Amino acid sequence: MSTATAPGSLPRYIVQRLLLIIPMVWFILTLVFLLMRVAPGDPVSASVGGRLPEAALDQRREALGLNDPLIQQYWDYLSGVLTLDFGNTITDNTPITQIVKENGGATLTLTISAMLLALVVGLPLGLIAGRYRDTPADGGIRIFGIVTYAAPVFYTGLLVQLLFLNVFSGWPLLGQSTPITEFTVETRTHILLLDAIIAGDGDAVIDVLKHLMLPAVTLGLLICGIFIRLTRVNVLQTLQADYVEAARARGIPERRVVRSHAFRNAMVPVVTIIGLQVALLLSGAVLTEKTFAWPGLGNQLITYIDQRDYAAVQGIITLFAVVVVLISILIDIVIALIDPRVRY
Amino acid sequence: MAVMRRVLAPFRETVGFSRWMLLAGIVIVAFFVVLAVGAEWIAPYGYAQKSADGVDFPKLAEPGGDHLLGTDRLFFDVWSRVVWGARTALEVIVLAVAGSMILGLALGLVSGYVGGWFDRILVLVMDALYAFPPLLLAIVFGFLLADKIGAGVVSAALSLTVVYLPQYFRVVRNSTISARESTYVEAARALGAPGRTVITRYLFGNVIHSVPVIGTLNAADALGTLAALGFLGLGIQPTDGADWGFDLSRALDDASSGIWWTGVFSGAAIVLLITGLTLVGEGLNETINPVLRKKRLQKIRREETIR
Repeated sequence: MSTATAPGSLPRYIVQRLLLIIPMVWFILTLVFLLMRVAPGDPVSASVGGRLPEAALDQRREALGLNDPLIQQYWDYLSGVLTLDFGNTITDNTPITQIVKENGGATLTLTISAMLLALVVGLPLGLIAGRYRDTPADGGIRIFGIVTYAAPVFYTGLLVQLLFLNVFSGWPLLGQSTPITEFTVETRTHILLLDAIIAGDGDAVIDVLKHLMLPAVTLGLLICGIFIRLTRVNVLQTLQADYVEAARARGIPERRVVRSHAFRNAMVPVVTIIGLQVALLLSGAVLTEKTFAWPGLGNQLITYIDQRDYAAVQGIITLFAVVVVLISILIDIVIALIDPRVRY
Repeated sequence: MAVMRRVLAPFRETVGFSRWMLLAGIVIVAFFVVLAVGAEWIAPYGYAQKSADGVDFPKLAEPGGDHLLGTDRLFFDVWSRVVWGARTALEVIVLAVAGSMILGLALGLVSGYVGGWFDRILVLVMDALYAFPPLLLAIVFGFLLADKIGAGVVSAALSLTVVYLPQYFRVVRNSTISARESTYVEAARALGAPGRTVITRYLFGNVIHSVPVIGTLNAADALGTLAALGFLGLGIQPTDGADWGFDLSRALDDASSGIWWTGVFSGAAIVLLITGLTLVGEGLNETINPVLRKKRLQKIRREETIR
């Protein structure tokens, strides 16, 4: 037996995880397809019926392939996704890929900055709470973690908006930038912040950052609650581990025991947690975008839900789900690279 | 009596902060149960009432006077909506958690016991459902059910059932598989007990213990998802019941004109109830999970050891 395929070897593990993508994605695609097709009536008249003449409606149906047999539609949908074609919307006949290109950047900006904020705030607080268990500091941090996680993002968003409206009036509450910035900054990457930096327009950068702050803080607070809880629990567990006891027995100063034995080992599962948060981050982003009129994919999704546009909802949800599956499997692989215990 | 003692055992074993958390959680949840059960008597008006004694309610009235917490854009009394919202929330959550618990237990037991292709397919289906971001799954089901059977308590509960089912399934299936190999099950099978009996008499009692903790933690999560569905307009319609999430989505439009009372209270109710449920769940988890339980020093009895 060659070492490359021996059970427990890294390449074998990676291949296994990668192969898992196929049935997972296939199943998700089938699920979304079936769910969207069992819907009553026909999606075209549900969303644009009454607003267009019958001939135009029929044209839309033909273009969407709704007149084809179900199995043909299923095949078209699957092969479309394989070639990264998620179909067109019914209401304004835009390709989903176009929506992703135009609005994906805003979602990316929001999610990444929220994740960074959550890490910067959540990890230290979790470490402190775990280290000083059952002290007032622990209690306070835990309550903070539970409440920020308990508060729906749209509620945190509402409170933040009310606060800034009354205390820092004039601070931008909605949107990604002022119209002037949007107009003057040349579109290159479809990520407004990057575009503004590339253009070297200082005012535009500041404007975008000011708009970004409230949504990012709101979404970041939600995620940081989870980091606090899980980091704390990990620290508690590592502090009780035998190797910590052993380190203490060897006379290593408590400070060092906590730092290099307990904290360091507590951080390993946190990488996993970051991966698992992708789903929450995306869900949270959908709601945050709606709350702050942030022009991202989630905002688009909600607009199409309101318009009962099945094709658009199907396309965007499929994309989100596929992204989540891909990232979680990639994270699995990264963890296996870091931590050899996972492979066995 | 013995049952009561077993139920209360984890509580008596808790110490310090964990005990305080569990207590606080129970008090908060109990408060909302009282609101939900007694909504008719506690709320001054109905959830969709726009006038009383022939007098129309004012639109967007500030808190105070006849309307303790003011009125909203739809002329509804905010305090009454908050109270009735507790009933809607608890109805949906109880239905959803019970639904996913029962389904998850049944499917997990059968899948783990029977094994084979049946098990493999179910595991794949559940894994895929689990990999799906919960809110998106709830949106897909909410979107469909809203069209199919109308948005309401039942369709919201159904969407949440689907979302949380995989968690119970996984836990129950895995413990069923390990319990299946134990000697008592082997003995029962050797004596010729049919599958039904093995599952109900020998496996059920041995796999059920982890379910309640998942239940309380899920309930908190489910409430958040329900609020999000309401916020997206896929929850309960305002004339069918009071939905905190729906009221918040309305309140967001009011916020920019400085009207704060339409959303602040229903949002606070969501946060409080989720916090309460989380405290109960975490408190239970910390007392039941031996890894997290704080080690208490045992007193050594000198006399016995010497003798």
